[in-house]
Amino acid sequence: MILVYINTLNGIGKASYEAVTYAKKLNEAVHVLTNGSIDDQTLSSLGEYGAQKVSVHRGINAVDSTQICNLISSVAEQINADTIVFSHDYIAKSVAPMLSSKLKVGMVPGAISIPDADGNISVNVFSGKAITKIAINTDKKIISLLPNSIPSEKNETSCVVEELSLEIVEAKIKIVSKKELDGDIPLPEAELVVSAGRGLKGPENWGIVEDLAKTIGAATACSRPVSDIGWRPHHEHVGQTGIAIRPNLYIAAGISGAIQHLAGVNGSKVIVVINTDPEAPFFKAADYGIVGDAFEVLPRLNDSMKRFVAENN
Amino acid sequence: MKILVCISKSPDTTSKISFTDGNTKFDENGVQYIVNPYDEWYALVRALEIKESLGGSVTIITVGKAIDDPVIRKALAIGADNAVRIDAEPTEAYFTATQISAYAKDQSFDLVLLGKETINYNGSQVGGMLAQQLDLPFVSVASKLDVNDNLLTVENEVPGGVEVSELSLPAVVSCAKGVAEQRIPNMRGIMAARTKPLNVVAPIECQPLTSFVSYELPNEKSACKMIDPENMDELVALLHNEAKVI
Ligand SMILES: Cc1cc2nc3c(=O)[nH]c(=O)nc-3n(C[C@H](O)[C@H](O)[C@H](O)COP(=O)(O)OP(=O)(O)OC[C@H]3O[C@@H](n4cnc5c(N)ncnc54)[C@H](O)[C@@H]3O)c2cc1C
Ligand SMILES: Nc1ncnc2c1ncn2[C@@H]1O[C@H](COP(=O)(O)O)[C@@H](O)[C@H]1O
Repeated sequence: MILVYINTLNGIGKASYEAVTYAKKLNEAVHVLTNGSIDDQTLSSLGEYGAQKVSVHRGINAVDSTQICNLISSVAEQINADTIVFSHDYIAKSVAPMLSSKLKVGMVPGAISIPDADGNISVNVFSGKAITKIAINTDKKIISLLPNSIPSEKNETSCVVEELSLEIVEAKIKIVSKKELDGDIPLPEAELVVSAGRGLKGPENWGIVEDLAKTIGAATACSRPVSDIGWRPHHEHVGQTGIAIRPNLYIAAGISGAIQHLAGVNGSKVIVVINTDPEAPFFKAADYGIVGDAFEVLPRLNDSMKRFVAENN
Repeated sequence: MKILVCISKSPDTTSKISFTDGNTKFDENGVQYIVNPYDEWYALVRALEIKESLGGSVTIITVGKAIDDPVIRKALAIGADNAVRIDAEPTEAYFTATQISAYAKDQSFDLVLLGKETINYNGSQVGGMLAQQLDLPFVSVASKLDVNDNLLTVENEVPGGVEVSELSLPAVVSCAKGVAEQRIPNMRGIMAARTKPLNVVAPIECQPLTSFVSYELPNEKSACKMIDPENMDELVALLHNEAKVI
């Protein structure tokens, strides 16, 4: 039996369907566990991706890593799960290692492949500059799947949703408030990303970046100096010291392509670089390059995309 | 406040990455090591700021061999009071966490800080494992961290917003950008670091849960296709028909 833990505090994200698809590829009965106030009908959509059963604990509505770790370990024991799959999001990053240590079960953080013939699983290391194969030395396994690594696949099974009423340990962490940020698409999950750097000269010029992002339904990102000087919010900073993303398309305007920036975006499927300097290092990592002024190219690209979107909808 | 900061080394961010021994080992030839940026810039500096305002001490701990002492001295130069090195090769996260928890167990630290992840193995695992072993609450990837009496207030960037949570000490927190600003060590700090205590401790027995089997470099990108800046329709067509990403 495979247990998949997913976070549904903001509904079911694409990464959760990927985790269920991944579990199904491991070729066994898939049992999904989640918590929070999400309704049964939404949860039953997980059946379309291979879940046979979904258990939900409605008593846990916030992220207390110890509490969630205990919930998962009780359910894993109950159903005798031999593999526990996570989507490598912010909850998994705190809960999965706790669970690994509690159960003394080896874990693979940020898996990008299913196990090979020897059972080894690939992950990105050295900030995307290399890939390593990890062997788990224990019988049971914990695998935390990197979003955007395995496309979700429909795999109709009949699925039952059950509400759990397990006793849970008391939460030690209290969420006191939540500030909503603007920007609709969370960057780590975005399939399309438009990003800009110091070449844009100032925060007042970001309209052309946002316009293009809006046209194609992309998230926006930026280089580190841009968020350091406060032109853009911190959560948009991608790279070695910001967040690492791997969208299908990364459009970078006015970014030189320093190695620390590349470290956060080199997992993107396709990279488009717009830069006035033909020698900019980013072109070496790009699939499509445009030597030109972002102030002219971005609006022109936006017009072309608008026409494309109009024709294809 | 008695604060423990877990420090790891990592290759300089501009290092060329290659492997030896039939792609089973990281090639350290010519690699410069630095303090892992998350540990240095955020965890350590925030620990020092808290100590400066509330008093107490900042101890740094590393699982590593004598060759890592220069990295430890650098962290001491930034201002930590003393250092502990557990004399073992940190083969994987569970092994590392187990060594640190064995040391920290009886030391009654009020706060244990780590970096969000090491930039070589990028696992984000040691913090959660350590918290579990010390039976302490764990908040990961903090972007802001304040201590008031016994109460810790932590901000986290979560999808769609920022979550603010409260918990009482002792606790384990991993730190990311926003928690503090990088500090450059000054000459006095560097001189003082030479004589600060560095306590070398023998490791305990621990079976690793995972092993790194082999390494490879990602596929080389094929040459970049250059597109006329006047002709964005062409780019759109290529993204649609050739790259199939829109
Ligand atoms: C330890 C460490 C960690 C780091 N982590 C990160 C990280 O996580 N993320 C990150 O991004 N950086 C990081 N950096 C910084 C990194 O080294 C670079 O300094 C940074 O990425 C440069 O940002 P930029 O490309 O926006 O600016 P610049 O390097 O100033 O480049 C601006 C580019 O814009 C081009 N340009 C100028 N005008 C125009 C125009 N009108 N149209 C089009 N192009 C134009 C220029 O030709 C140039 O290539 C890190 C550095 C260190 C030392
Ligand atoms: N060898 C080590 N010694 C001490 N602390 C470490 C070591 N390796 C990792 N850490 C700490 O654990 C954090 C997360 O590391 P990781 O789980 O490897 O991504 C790092 O930012 C450090 O604070």
